[in-house]
Amino acid sequence: MASQTTSLRAYALSRLVLAVPMILILLSFVFLLMRVAPGDPVAAALGGKVSQEVLERKRAAMGLDEPIYVQFADYISDVFTLDFGMTITDNRPVLEVILNNGAATLELVFFAMVIATTLGILLGLITGRLRDTPIDVTGRLFGIFVYATPVFFLGFLGQLIFGAGLNWLPASGRASPMVQYTLERTTNLLVLDAIIAGNWTALWDVVRHLIMPATTLGLLITGVLLRMVRVNLLQTLQGDYVEAARARGVSEPRVVYKHAFRNALVPVVTMIGLQFALMMSGAILTETTFNWPGLGNQLVRYLNNRDYTGVQGIITFFAVVVVLISVVIDFVNAWIDPRVRY
Amino acid sequence: MTTANRNASGNGDGEPILSVRDLRVWYGTAKGAAQAVDRVSLDIAPGEAVGLVGESGCGKSTLGRALMGLTPQSAAHDGKIIYRGQDVLAMTRRQRHALRGPEIGLIFQEPMTRLNPLMRIDDHFDETVRAHEPGLSRAEIKRRSLETLGHVGIPPTRFHQYPHEFSGGMRQRIMIALALVLKPKLLIADEPTTSLDVLVEAQILRLLKDLQTEFGTALLMITHNLGIVAEACDRMAVMYAGRVAEDGEVGSVFANPGHPYTRELLRSTISLSTKQLSHIPGSPPNLVTPPDGCRFHPRCPDAMQVCAQKVPVATHPRPGQRVYCWRHGPDDRIPDGGEQPLQQEFDHVDEA
Ligand SMILES: Nc1ncnc2c1ncn2[C@@H]1O[C@H](COP(=O)(O)OP(=O)(O)OP(=O)(O)O)[C@@H](O)[C@H]1O
Ligand code: SF4
Ligand SMILES: [Mg+2]
Repeated sequence: MASQTTSLRAYALSRLVLAVPMILILLSFVFLLMRVAPGDPVAAALGGKVSQEVLERKRAAMGLDEPIYVQFADYISDVFTLDFGMTITDNRPVLEVILNNGAATLELVFFAMVIATTLGILLGLITGRLRDTPIDVTGRLFGIFVYATPVFFLGFLGQLIFGAGLNWLPASGRASPMVQYTLERTTNLLVLDAIIAGNWTALWDVVRHLIMPATTLGLLITGVLLRMVRVNLLQTLQGDYVEAARARGVSEPRVVYKHAFRNALVPVVTMIGLQFALMMSGAILTETTFNWPGLGNQLVRYLNNRDYTGVQGIITFFAVVVVLISVVIDFVNAWIDPRVRY
Repeated sequence: MTTANRNASGNGDGEPILSVRDLRVWYGTAKGAAQAVDRVSLDIAPGEAVGLVGESGCGKSTLGRALMGLTPQSAAHDGKIIYRGQDVLAMTRRQRHALRGPEIGLIFQEPMTRLNPLMRIDDHFDETVRAHEPGLSRAEIKRRSLETLGHVGIPPTRFHQYPHEFSGGMRQRIMIALALVLKPKLLIADEPTTSLDVLVEAQILRLLKDLQTEFGTALLMITHNLGIVAEACDRMAVMYAGRVAEDGEVGSVFANPGHPYTRELLRSTISLSTKQLSHIPGSPPNLVTPPDGCRFHPRCPDAMQVCAQKVPVATHPRPGQRVYCWRHGPDDRIPDGGEQPLQQEFDHVDEA
């Protein structure tokens, strides 16, 4: 339908436009958060290691001697020109850090999401369909367990069993040193790079490294998804249009899949979007647990070293990603549910 | 079926298309089992239009749905529903799918939520027709659907729209078309015209009438509107608190209501000519712990001693008319002194 595509495009456009103020608000928040931290960031990071004169120069270079509103304006314009400055402690461009380590995080979060949605939706549908059977009860207990268990504990457990105990999977890192050095990088997403290079040994190695961290992180929201899908399915199975479809003699499998399942999954999309923020914070824990060279890991390092620009850059990036994800989710929602776009 | 079954009414000419025997449906609720349908027996002849009336909550919709074996998971049922010689409640899943739609069609009472919000109208029709005639071409399905939609006044331009783009009245008409597109042999219409204006209502009623004369469709019309019954139905059944109180030819029931409840119902309608039958003194009983004996006895101006003790049995004051009321006997079943009037505190006669 022509009219529909138009309305969908208009909707997407309006969401994108709305994302700008959303990002601005978040950025102001990040900016304020960084300022309320007491003390002088440059001194905090480098204090005692370099001369007073160097400190002054550094401070001036970062614009920290300007009035606060100038700093704010600089910060915003820097973000929109993707100029995040240099880190204080290791003197690297923040953008480079984001691009390098961000790829590792992206790979981790992506596969964790795949695991979470597949497992969460599948188990949710099965437990909902087999309501109150032993399978349902087991599935729900599993959901509660993975939801209630802290990420690092689950991670340690995995490392202990599948790493140290059974020796099936590597317990840390993104790849073994050999692959680390020989694999040609194009995207810095190692799975993709291995495929591009046609290097199947490397692919296997990378995937083996991914399994545990991605599963650990994925399980974090699998429980939430499972519960939500199950509850939604129970509701749609009782729904008026489901009964109406039955009354027209539509076959039971079709009623269940086409009417109940599909409709049960609509709110889940929004849910996945909301869980993304949780996933980001979960990624930080997972990365430290598995020594995964991602942004979260880097963030923790900069935090410990009081590297102000490093922390600000990474948090800014996280904030923008969360907003963009929410825009994408809105768009997907409008695409599957015609009632959303009006 | 056994022709000697005196419990059921029936207009006598030939085999009924549907006959219900001692049907019971009860819902599990927090307070206990609610007996929404209690030992209902009813026959519908081919091509016949039967009106089903009764106060809100008396079990009409529950009965209507049960007739095609559609009871919610929280409900239990008992009894027999024989559709053309087959017991609906004993059917296999496959048989039931074949039954629903082309044999028995159902128009639901509440139209707003009966269409899948993620499916266009054409998808609904496509799915419905295909479920029963898998070999049909897309074009043929479309032609049939548009024709049926045309009958209920939905223009072809709206065929590809989503449910939320239609008003309540339009959705009701779409639901009607969805039931009619399969040309059911028996159509259960649960207040099919509640959200329609009088002109469209008249159009729909005419359509149902045409269907009857053209295809011999039998009709069970559930309604609050006795005017519709008078106009569109051959026979009528009056339900009270899950039971049939009375049934018979529309003309003879209207002229000589045998059951005090029917009488009150007719009187309230005539005096107020409202669609809601709401001003019979008192309110319908709760169905978890209904009154003993005749369920109407706490509200009945004619109640006798026996009414509070024994469940009334079917009587036939006139040919083709069946009344469950001790006022019509049978005298040999009424215990001694049972005909004494029942002393009732009518303090619940609040006209509010
Ligand atoms: N799914 C359900 N679970 C529990 N109780 C129910 C359910 N559906 C209906 N009931 C109860 O069963 C009784 C009969 O309901 P039903 O919908 O059949 O009445 P009705 O005669 O169609 O009323 P109305 O004229 O208002 O449509 C009511 O007391 C109602 O509260
Ligand atoms: S049986 Fe008794 S209480 Fe019931 S309707 Fe007849 S007279 Fe009234
Ligand atoms: Mg009803």
